[in-house]
Amino acid sequence: MKRFSTLPALNLIGIAALAVALLVLAPAVLDDFRLGNLAKYCCYAMVAVGIGLAWGRGGMLVLGQGMFFGLGAYVMAFHLKLEAAGPDAIPDFMMLYGNGTMPAWWEPFRSGAFTLFMVVALPATVSTLLGLAVFKRRIKGAYFAILSQALAVAFATLIISQIEVTGGFNGLSAFTSFFGYSLYDPINQRMIFFITAGLLVAMLLVAFQLYRSRFGELLIATRDAEERVRFLGHDPANIKLVAFVIAAVMAGIGGAMFVPIVGIVSPLDIDEVASIGLIAGVALGGRATLLGPAIGALAVGYAKTSLSETFPGSWTYFQGALFVLVILFLPGGLAQLPSYLGRLRPARKQKQVPALQAEGAA
Amino acid sequence: MNAQLDYVEIRDLTVEFDGFVAVDSVDLTLLQGRVHFLIGPNGAGKTTLVDAVTGLANASGLVRYGSTDLLGLKPHQVVRAGVGRTFQTATVFEQLTVLQNLDIAGGVHRKARSMMRARRGIPSYVEEALDAVGLVDLRDRPAGVLAHGQKQWLEIGMLLVQDAKVMLLDEPVAGMSAEEREETGELLRRIGTERTIAVIEHDMDFVRTFADVVTVMHAGKVLTEGTVAEIQANQKVQEVYLGRTVEGATHA
Repeated sequence: MKRFSTLPALNLIGIAALAVALLVLAPAVLDDFRLGNLAKYCCYAMVAVGIGLAWGRGGMLVLGQGMFFGLGAYVMAFHLKLEAAGPDAIPDFMMLYGNGTMPAWWEPFRSGAFTLFMVVALPATVSTLLGLAVFKRRIKGAYFAILSQALAVAFATLIISQIEVTGGFNGLSAFTSFFGYSLYDPINQRMIFFITAGLLVAMLLVAFQLYRSRFGELLIATRDAEERVRFLGHDPANIKLVAFVIAAVMAGIGGAMFVPIVGIVSPLDIDEVASIGLIAGVALGGRATLLGPAIGALAVGYAKTSLSETFPGSWTYFQGALFVLVILFLPGGLAQLPSYLGRLRPARKQKQVPALQAEGAA
Repeated sequence: MNAQLDYVEIRDLTVEFDGFVAVDSVDLTLLQGRVHFLIGPNGAGKTTLVDAVTGLANASGLVRYGSTDLLGLKPHQVVRAGVGRTFQTATVFEQLTVLQNLDIAGGVHRKARSMMRARRGIPSYVEEALDAVGLVDLRDRPAGVLAHGQKQWLEIGMLLVQDAKVMLLDEPVAGMSAEEREETGELLRRIGTERTIAVIEHDMDFVRTFADVVTVMHAGKVLTEGTVAEIQANQKVQEVYLGRTVEGATHA
């Protein structure tokens, strides 16, 4: 049923509507502070689009996307730290925590092009190696979920332990410019918002094409009957790997944009708790739909900020309650709400039958 | 068409699970154009034999199709070698439509790049398979709503789209009505001339009507092989069916 409600045309209209809301409406009505917040939610939404692909369509419960978010974020933070330090100088925290010398592998991050390349290449490489090791051994279900979450924990621990090169628990902050543009200038902050929102829309278009492609159908088939897919002549591991790597790259790009927007990245932004937070939006919005994960992530991001302003410190409880409610009553997320309400009103049932046929034919 | 007939050669095939020999040095030749039936009591090793050929169970011996030894290949590699199978319980992708199910089976022959594009129209080979298995009217229905027999047909249709030259069908008519059995048998005959088909079956009426060759298995071994008439006259076959005659077993 879910599949048939996601008509291609409706999805494109949805993406267009979201694009207008983000790129035209929001900059017109929001002040700089709120726009900056929205940019941050867009970063989460990028991760969410990837989670929707891997989890919603591919059945892989990726509980540790914070790791890939972190890879992208730290790569970007390395570059911004070096930019802030200036040519030939080394980042301030290295003086503070280390012996005042910079490791050689930091040097390439002075280059903006290299940094952008690594934002994509690092999550892609790590997820490919990880995916090959995991999917070829047919690890799936809860085992996969636990493994992915454990990796997020391990990665955050690694970052904390390497204080001389990562800033440790305090993370990396005090950036001054983004590829030469001052981060203190509101105009440049707006520009970063537009880039972020634009990237989110682009990712939705990528997901749109993936979902309507033959690969998208094969991914759903793999999710629903992995063993059967083998007897179509495919190795399910490869199909899952593609979705997993794309999801990781989306998370990495989201993480990279997060850094200039928020101005700091620390292990708290990428650990297991952050990873669960990323999943929450996806579950709320509807993991198997195209727009659900992104809209859910934006909504959760917004709710987190507003609730934290009103009731400081209680966000965790709200998030927990949200999780329980969604899983109990709306396992398909908010996207399921229309059909859920429809079922409550038996009078509408008769109208649904021809509708299903018409949709099925499209 | 080449005059050379396709065949699958199985020699000395043995499958062992922790000391239990499920299939015991079986020799079997499946020939193109004959509908070959595998019968035998429960536990005779019929399904295990098919599992071994299709890469699901580890086995020793030789299974040769063309120039390929199928043993040791992974299931998806066996499929790519041209050997397809169905399962006792029809497994189709319930959330996808009949058309999508058939189309997805054609993936073996598509280049990776074309996988990233959406389907445009219906490929001719999908149309032909849809027609062959008689599901044209149901093509836009989710496969989950199909009746049991229709799911079996859909699976056979998927094998057609997959262009499996060798089809190994595990109880394809179980749970079908007499009429549906008849149609299934006719379908197997039609598609069987250009393919090598082996069917595991319990329904003796069905076997009698449509079998060209029958192999009887018992306790992991091949008991005998022959035409339906020969099998029915065979004393040993009558004994393994618990002392009853084959006639008796049919109507039990």
